[in-house]
Amino acid sequence: MTAVADVLRALDGVRDPELDQSLVELGFVAGMEIDGPAVTVRLRLPTYFCAPNFAFLMVADARRAVEALPGVGSARIELEDHFTAEEINTAVGRGAGFVDAFPDHAVEELDELRTLFRRKALMARQGRVAAALPVAGLAGLRLGDLGGADAERCRALRRELGLDARPSAPAFVTGDGAPVTAADVPRFLRMARLVSTSLEGNAGLCRSLIKTRYEEVAA
Amino acid sequence: MFESGGRQYFVVDGHTHFWDARPENRNRYGEGFIACFYDYHRNLSPEEYVWPKEKYDRYSEQDMIHDLFEIGYVDKAIMQPTYLTEFFPGGFNTTEQDAEMAAHHPGRFIVNGAFDPRDGETGLDDLRRLAETHGLQGVKLYTAEWKGQSRGWKLNDYWSYRYLELCEELGIKNIHVHKGPTIWPLNRDAFDVADVDHAASKFPELNFIVEHCGLPRLEDFCWIATQEPNVYGGLAVAMPFIHSRPRYFSQIVGELLYWIGEDRILFASDYAIWQPKWLIEKFMALQMPEDMQSELGTISDDAKAKILGLNAAKLYGIEVPAAMRVPESEDAAIGSEPASVA
Repeated sequence: MTAVADVLRALDGVRDPELDQSLVELGFVAGMEIDGPAVTVRLRLPTYFCAPNFAFLMVADARRAVEALPGVGSARIELEDHFTAEEINTAVGRGAGFVDAFPDHAVEELDELRTLFRRKALMARQGRVAAALPVAGLAGLRLGDLGGADAERCRALRRELGLDARPSAPAFVTGDGAPVTAADVPRFLRMARLVSTSLEGNAGLCRSLIKTRYEEVAA
Repeated sequence: MFESGGRQYFVVDGHTHFWDARPENRNRYGEGFIACFYDYHRNLSPEEYVWPKEKYDRYSEQDMIHDLFEIGYVDKAIMQPTYLTEFFPGGFNTTEQDAEMAAHHPGRFIVNGAFDPRDGETGLDDLRRLAETHGLQGVKLYTAEWKGQSRGWKLNDYWSYRYLELCEELGIKNIHVHKGPTIWPLNRDAFDVADVDHAASKFPELNFIVEHCGLPRLEDFCWIATQEPNVYGGLAVAMPFIHSRPRYFSQIVGELLYWIGEDRILFASDYAIWQPKWLIEKFMALQMPEDMQSELGTISDDAKAKILGLNAAKLYGIEVPAAMRVPESEDAAIGSEPASVA
C-alpha cells in the first residue's frame, strides 16, 4: 500500500505555478486519506478568493503526480474553502480542462499562463544563482560551469520550458531562451532580483496568510 | 501632520474606506471577501491594532475620524469606493456612502468615484452625474468586480476607453487601478497590469495610480511605470510589511525608488485594513538595512515627505503649507529600461 510519505513526496514535486514553491512547503496540503489504491488529498489555499486559474493548475498537477505513484489506482484531489472549489474539483475529477470547468469565463486552457510564470520563475532562479557569482564573466558561463541545487533547478525549469539545458548551453538566458550578453548583464541582474523579490514576497505573504486563516501560530 | 527631527510632514492618506460588511449586507461571497480582508488585517497589523471581527465588519464614523485625524497624523484622506454589489447587496463602500460621511467633516476628505465600463452608455451618464454631484477629481477602478456572468474587465477594452475619454472631459485626472483575482477571460493572469500600460499611453493627460504598486506583480508594474511617466505606485497593502517583514518592505521601496523614483510613490493605509498611525510612525523611522544600501540606496527625508503626502497633494491640487513643501526635483525615473521577463 502507498505510504503517506510517498504521497507527500509526490506532492512536494508539485509547485504553485505563481510562486514557484512546493505545495507542501507552502502549507497547502490539508490532509489525505489512503484506502488501498485510492488516494484522496485535501488542498487548501491562503484565501477564499485565490485566483482560480492557478488553483486549477495545482489541483490538476497534484492529481497527475499522485496517480503516477506505483500502487495508486486513482487520486481524488479536493480543494477546500475556495469560491470555485466545486467547479475545479468536479472538472479535475473527470479529467477535464479549465475551459470545461469554467465554460462561461475561460476561452483557453492554461498553457500560456503556465509558460509565462515558468519564465518568471526561471528569471528568479537564475537571479539567485547569479547573485553568488562575480558579475564580470557571467555572460560567458555555460550551464556546465554551474553547480549546486539552484543551478540544477534552473536546468530542470529550462527543460520544462523546452529550452536548451545541455552543459554547453549559455548559463543565463531570457525567458525565451536568448543568451544574456555581456551588455545585458546589469539590466538582467536588476530585473532578476526584482522578479525574485516579487515571487519570494508573495510566497511569504501566502505562507503567513494560510497560517492566519487556519488559526495556526504565525511564523 | 507628522513631526520628526524638528521637521513637519504633510500627510495624505491616498486610500481609505468606510465600508459596510455586516452580515445583513453580504452573501456567501461577501462573507468570504471580508474574511479574507480580516485575515490581511490581523495577519499584518501589530497585535494592539487588531480589531474584533464585529468592529471590522462595520466600524463607526467616529472610529474613522479618530484613527485617521486625531491619532493617525493624516491631513487629508482620499476615500476610494469599492462597490462589490454582487457580494454586498447594499454596496460595500460606494461613492454615496463615502460622500455622506465626508460631508460631516468638511475639509478632511476627498471623495473619489468609480465607473464600470460594462454599464455602457447608461454608465456614462451616471458618471457625469456622479462627477457633478461630488466634484470628482479621481476614480477608483476594480477590474475584478463581478457583474452578472462577468468576472472582470480590462482597462484597454473599447468601453473602458470611452469612460476614460469622459474622465478627461470632466477633469477627472486621477485613475486609481486596483487589480483582483478574477478577470475575463479567466485563463489569463488577472493581476497583470499590461492593460494599464496601454491606457496610460493612450491617455497621457490622466494619471494612473496602480494600487499596491502592482503587487503581486511588482515586476510588471515597475516595467510599465518606467516607460509611462503618468503611472504612479500606491503603497496600499505594501505598507504593512514594514511591521511584519521590514526587510521585504525595504526591498520593495528600494526597487520602487530605483525604477520609478520618489516623485511617483504615494502613501496609503487602505484603512480600515490597516491604520495610518503605526504605518507612518514606522515609515518615518525607516532606513534601508545597511547590507542592502549598496544595491538599493537609501531613503532621504525629502523622499519620505513626497511619498507621505506631497506627491498626492500635487495630483489632487491640495494646498500644502509652505514650511512642509520640498523643492521640485528633476524627473527621477532613474531605472534603466528593464529587460522583459517574457
